[in-house]
Amino acid sequence: MTTIKIPELCLVALVGVTGSGKSTFAARHFRPTEVLSSDFFRGLVGDDENDQSVTTEAFEALHVVAAKRLAIGRLTVIDATSVQPEARRPLVALAREHHVLPVAIVLDIGEKTCIERNAARPDRSFGPGVVRRQHGMLARSIRQLEREGFRRVFVLRGEAEVDAAQIVRERAWTDRSDARGPFDIIGDVHGCHGELSDLLDSLGYLPASDGARRHPAGRTAVFLGDLVDRGPDTPGVLAEVMAMAAAGSALCVPGNHESKLLRALRGRDVKISHGLAESLAQLQAGPAEFRTQVIAYLDGLISHYVLDGGRLVVAHAGLREEMHGRASAAVRAFALYGETTGETDELGLPVRYPWAQDYRGKAAVVYGHTPVPVPVWVNNTICLDTGCVFGGSLTALRYPERELVSVPARRVYYEPARPLAPPAVTAAGAGARAGAAAGIMAEAGPAAGPAAGAAAGGDAGAGAAAEAGAGAAAEGGVANADGRMLDVADVLGRRGIETRLRGRVSVPEENAAAALEVMSRFAVDPRWLIYLPPTMAPVPASSRPGLLEHPGDALAAFRRDHVQRVVCEEKHMGSRAIAVVCRTPEAARDWFGAAGTGAEGTGAEGTGIVYTRTGRRFFTSAGMEEALLSRLRGALDATGMWNELGDWAALDCEILPWSLKADELISGHYAAVGAAAVAGLSAAAGTLDAARARGLEVAGLGERTAERLRAAESFVRAYRPYVWPVSSLDDVRLAPFQVLAGSTGTCFGRDHEWHMKAAERLAGADPLIATTRYLVADLADPGVEAAVAVWWEELTGAGGEGMVVKPAEPITRGRHGIAQPGIKCRGPEYLRIIYGPEYTVAGNLARLRERNLGRKRSLASSEFALGVEALERFVCREPAFRVHECVFGVLALESKPVDPRL
Amino acid sequence: MLLTITSTSPPATDLGFLLHKNPAAVRSVDVGFGMAHAYYPEAGADRCTIALLVEVDPVALVRRSRGGPFPLAAYVNDRPYVASSFLSVALRKVFGTALRGQCKERPELPDQRLELTARLPVLPCRGGEGLLRRLFEPLGYAVSARPIPLDPRFPWWGDSPYFDVSVSARCRVRDLLGQLYVLLPVLDDDKHYWVTKDEIDKLVDGAGEWLAGHPERDAIARRYLRHQPGLAAEAIARLVDEESGGADPDGADPDGADRGSADPGSADPGSAAGEFAVPPAGEHARLRDLRLTAVLGALKASGARRVLDLGCGDGRLLAGLLQDGQFEEIVGVDASVTALERAARRLRLAEMAPRQRARIRLLQGALTYSDRRLAGYDAAVLMEVIEHVDLDRLGALEQAIFGEAAPATVIVTTPNAEHNARYPGLAPGARRHPDHRFEWGRAEFRAWAGAVAQRHGYTAVFEPVGAEDSRAGPPTQLAVLARCP
Repeated sequence: MTTIKIPELCLVALVGVTGSGKSTFAARHFRPTEVLSSDFFRGLVGDDENDQSVTTEAFEALHVVAAKRLAIGRLTVIDATSVQPEARRPLVALAREHHVLPVAIVLDIGEKTCIERNAARPDRSFGPGVVRRQHGMLARSIRQLEREGFRRVFVLRGEAEVDAAQIVRERAWTDRSDARGPFDIIGDVHGCHGELSDLLDSLGYLPASDGARRHPAGRTAVFLGDLVDRGPDTPGVLAEVMAMAAAGSALCVPGNHESKLLRALRGRDVKISHGLAESLAQLQAGPAEFRTQVIAYLDGLISHYVLDGGRLVVAHAGLREEMHGRASAAVRAFALYGETTGETDELGLPVRYPWAQDYRGKAAVVYGHTPVPVPVWVNNTICLDTGCVFGGSLTALRYPERELVSVPARRVYYEPARPLAPPAVTAAGAGARAGAAAGIMAEAGPAAGPAAGAAAGGDAGAGAAAEAGAGAAAEGGVANADGRMLDVADVLGRRGIETRLRGRVSVPEENAAAALEVMSRFAVDPRWLIYLPPTMAPVPASSRPGLLEHPGDALAAFRRDHVQRVVCEEKHMGSRAIAVVCRTPEAARDWFGAAGTGAEGTGAEGTGIVYTRTGRRFFTSAGMEEALLSRLRGALDATGMWNELGDWAALDCEILPWSLKADELISGHYAAVGAAAVAGLSAAAGTLDAARARGLEVAGLGERTAERLRAAESFVRAYRPYVWPVSSLDDVRLAPFQVLAGSTGTCFGRDHEWHMKAAERLAGADPLIATTRYLVADLADPGVEAAVAVWWEELTGAGGEGMVVKPAEPITRGRHGIAQPGIKCRGPEYLRIIYGPEYTVAGNLARLRERNLGRKRSLASSEFALGVEALERFVCREPAFRVHECVFGVLALESKPVDPRL
Repeated sequence: MLLTITSTSPPATDLGFLLHKNPAAVRSVDVGFGMAHAYYPEAGADRCTIALLVEVDPVALVRRSRGGPFPLAAYVNDRPYVASSFLSVALRKVFGTALRGQCKERPELPDQRLELTARLPVLPCRGGEGLLRRLFEPLGYAVSARPIPLDPRFPWWGDSPYFDVSVSARCRVRDLLGQLYVLLPVLDDDKHYWVTKDEIDKLVDGAGEWLAGHPERDAIARRYLRHQPGLAAEAIARLVDEESGGADPDGADPDGADRGSADPGSADPGSAAGEFAVPPAGEHARLRDLRLTAVLGALKASGARRVLDLGCGDGRLLAGLLQDGQFEEIVGVDASVTALERAARRLRLAEMAPRQRARIRLLQGALTYSDRRLAGYDAAVLMEVIEHVDLDRLGALEQAIFGEAAPATVIVTTPNAEHNARYPGLAPGARRHPDHRFEWGRAEFRAWAGAVAQRHGYTAVFEPVGAEDSRAGPPTQLAVLARCP
């Protein structure tokens, strides 16, 4: 019996003449959807499975489908004769393109049997000549298959062997997703055995009696390759790692230096450079037996590993997402050497492509290869090579803790090829982080154009590591503060965003298109734009006479959603604003990439920002913004709230008066309508009075007109409280009603009562800050409706807009997912601003009650989920694009058509 | 909304015969969008007044409307209160016979000239009192107009666009009605929520001799034919609403002012589009053409074959590029889908022959994002684009274009702020377009372009565009940045 072992993901070409039983074989060993048959595709494109005239089109379609399957990682079987080399060539190319192994399974059945089988099938009109011709080609093919690029070839001869064959699917060598760690991932050692010992000591790996270090807590060390060359004790490093690997306390992926050393040790003709000489000399000085062990060990190293359920990928020089867990020469080359553009710089060093900048994968990629001053997370990737051998340090990443542990180099063992200070033009070209080294530019900075990118031509050229380190710690520490890394491909088109609160939130293409325009034309620097507030649905329409909205309906809605306790908050009528304020300029730089200095326009500015619900800068006057931020900072200082919030705070606020932002709208539209209504209706009332005096029958018309005039006058009174002139900050009020987040985390887990108290504390510290009146209501309390209604009538009777009812816990699981984060309930007079002056006039209200809240509620939920997601990602220092896609999503959803009165 | 017509020609009650309305009765007519009521507040021999009061149903009105300058515009709406096209419709419905100059009972009356006064207590006059007078005075009316303040509580807001207006003349009733019928919507110049274009054409045709000879004839006709914005623009409007107090009709186009606006009526004194035309209309168009010529010339000289027009707006430059076979691949990029749709229409992409169609592509993109679709081109044009980007976002644009797309040649044009002093219509320190985030003088532009060139390995050469003033320099400045080999 033949056992055919194939990788779980590969491209299987069944090779055999017509009638050799390929389809039967495929059906027995593979799922129907895994098998792409040329006959099926002939039928698909040409209606007839036997129509040879559509063969070209059928194969084109087959190759497209095969490519899609391989791209998303599905085993694919090609059921076609594939007896001609030119038919197999595209299959090998396809496999290589998708970094999967091409496997050939040959069914070599006697000619006679095939001819008989064809003859028995009425739909096949092949004469025996066709079978014979194919058989001849098959015979020639078998010997060529490996040369053509098939990495595994199985030949089944005769019917019995075909029938008895078993197929076993094997896990890929790179797939160690069952290894959950925790891990300590260690960057390029380069023969620095002393520093490695220091690092393993500080990580807590203790030597055991067999000489292999182990971690008492069962942690696994992962070496990122380039253990060898340049440094003082390559054999010591190798012995240490090999012992740990044998003991199961370490994993190791190969680096380019191991690859070259292996070839040298095997006596291949390699150029002895870049510290290889040292390794060879050191190994030569030791026993030959050890050299043999080293050869065996290095030969067995796997290009990269996928660890921890697919959440972690380690490779010496990094790995693009589509190569994770795959196998091809290109994968191995990438893992060893990284991505180069093919160009060389003025020192003859290869120009590296900053692949990490484009990385959008879910798995964290940890790699080495290119010395950097300080490891920096860039789009969920991090380079740990801190140039120990060049006098930098040896660094480990503790995973999943994501902590860096580093030991300094005891000395400079090897001078880098490139001078330590990058050329002036490079620094300017990168435009931003003064003091950042060449290495970090190439890896982390898209700013690094061709000139800067060249600076880090592989590890050989780097080594600017040590000196520049200090500067970069402050400047480059936060990848997600780097607005320059946003790519239009991350936001355009139809998108789905995974949120922790609401699963996948879809953003339609046309809304993304609208948002792109608004975002790019009007929004503030995306580094500051960490949150946009969700829209809010109103209460279901009230059935109470004369009212469109009433708080009783809000309470009822929450009760239906099994919410126990709500907080009713006064709704200020001003303009929504998000205030982000940093405790110090350092915090602004660290978290938001704010640069007071540096090249023009490359850094966000200042120590905070205030922006509107669509992401625009709130204040047109920078002075007023700065003054407000500094007062807010002072209030946070005075209340000691930094102790809870950390280095910065993001607050959801209303800024009063409404006329500060909306003066033009109020005067040009609301006041104009009011003036027209009052003037027009007064004149009409005058003519009707005269007509009535003449004895005409105009009583009904007269009463209606008088009612309309009263409504118009009420309308004018409704907007007036929201208007006052602002000449300085003294005329402005800031009413924070929710603390969104600080550097210590988001505040969505806090009760709304806590948020209200926080606002009270701030208000106590500075008269600029207005409090928000609130009422906590227990929905089980039988008197709650009446109490809330009275409170609401008080608020709205005094000219207030109304109130917002929120579940006491901002994130409350309701019957269907997350309960609405808030329901607004506006006062009857305020609603004139929304529904028009005359909405209360007889006959109008009844028609206005028909309003559909479904869409608004769904938008509110989606936008809330996206907003929470954005902040959660931001506080976890996730990549910039991951935060931006959520914020962008809110803006996009806000462009959806929805009844504006809601 | 209310209109009163008063006759002081005895016997004034003849007005009742003329208008076919009995002074002793109240007449109510359903006019579709509400009820119109005609009644006489006074009916004496010396003085007789008829009132036409139209009660607009505001809820039904909303359901007819197709959006507005901000999302709630349809709800909080002046339409129920002001004299507009609604009043014209009611006028025709209630006084149709009089409008046609017919009177069965007293056939001689329609040709009589009477002392008539029409009062419109709330008449919107977009274009101000001046336009009001220019429209009515040539027709022989004495005009009295009192502006209505926006809100007496907030005097600093000033007056509303509405006037309490009376027009008086000795004229035939049918002339007064006919002229009001046409001129009310003209003064209002708002969206016609209910009139189809055919109806308007008919209306203008039917306005008879007085319109043909009216000095403002063209403005009157043009205001009827204002187009409604498309649905795409409304999606944008929902986002820009309360912050700008309404969507600027050119706002969708980052280059609205300079790449041609949809409304050719920039000479119309009351038209919003005209207010943005700085420099003044004729010179504006001439400068635009000069700029196109200069950019095309610089592109041609660069030898570029594959070119990007970044911020292509509605595609004027693209049209020029298509005409030159040197440009084998032309890509227009704009943040605004609406602008790209206009460009596609201007270029007639849908009906373009396949070989030519293959030369051009339109992409939505934003220049403050990385965009790998833009890499590898010979040249990129930023024509009147950078001044639409906030200064603190210019670094991102620089990075996207010079750091990443990195075409061999980049051509940048931008207004020369020094030249603004030469535009009499522009207040000192004001900018040429409301969306301009900055305007630079020559030194500032040179400093920026020079620094960009230095940071990214380009050389910069500067050219004037337009007539150069000895002190203020040219109206437009152009830089050619060429990547060092």
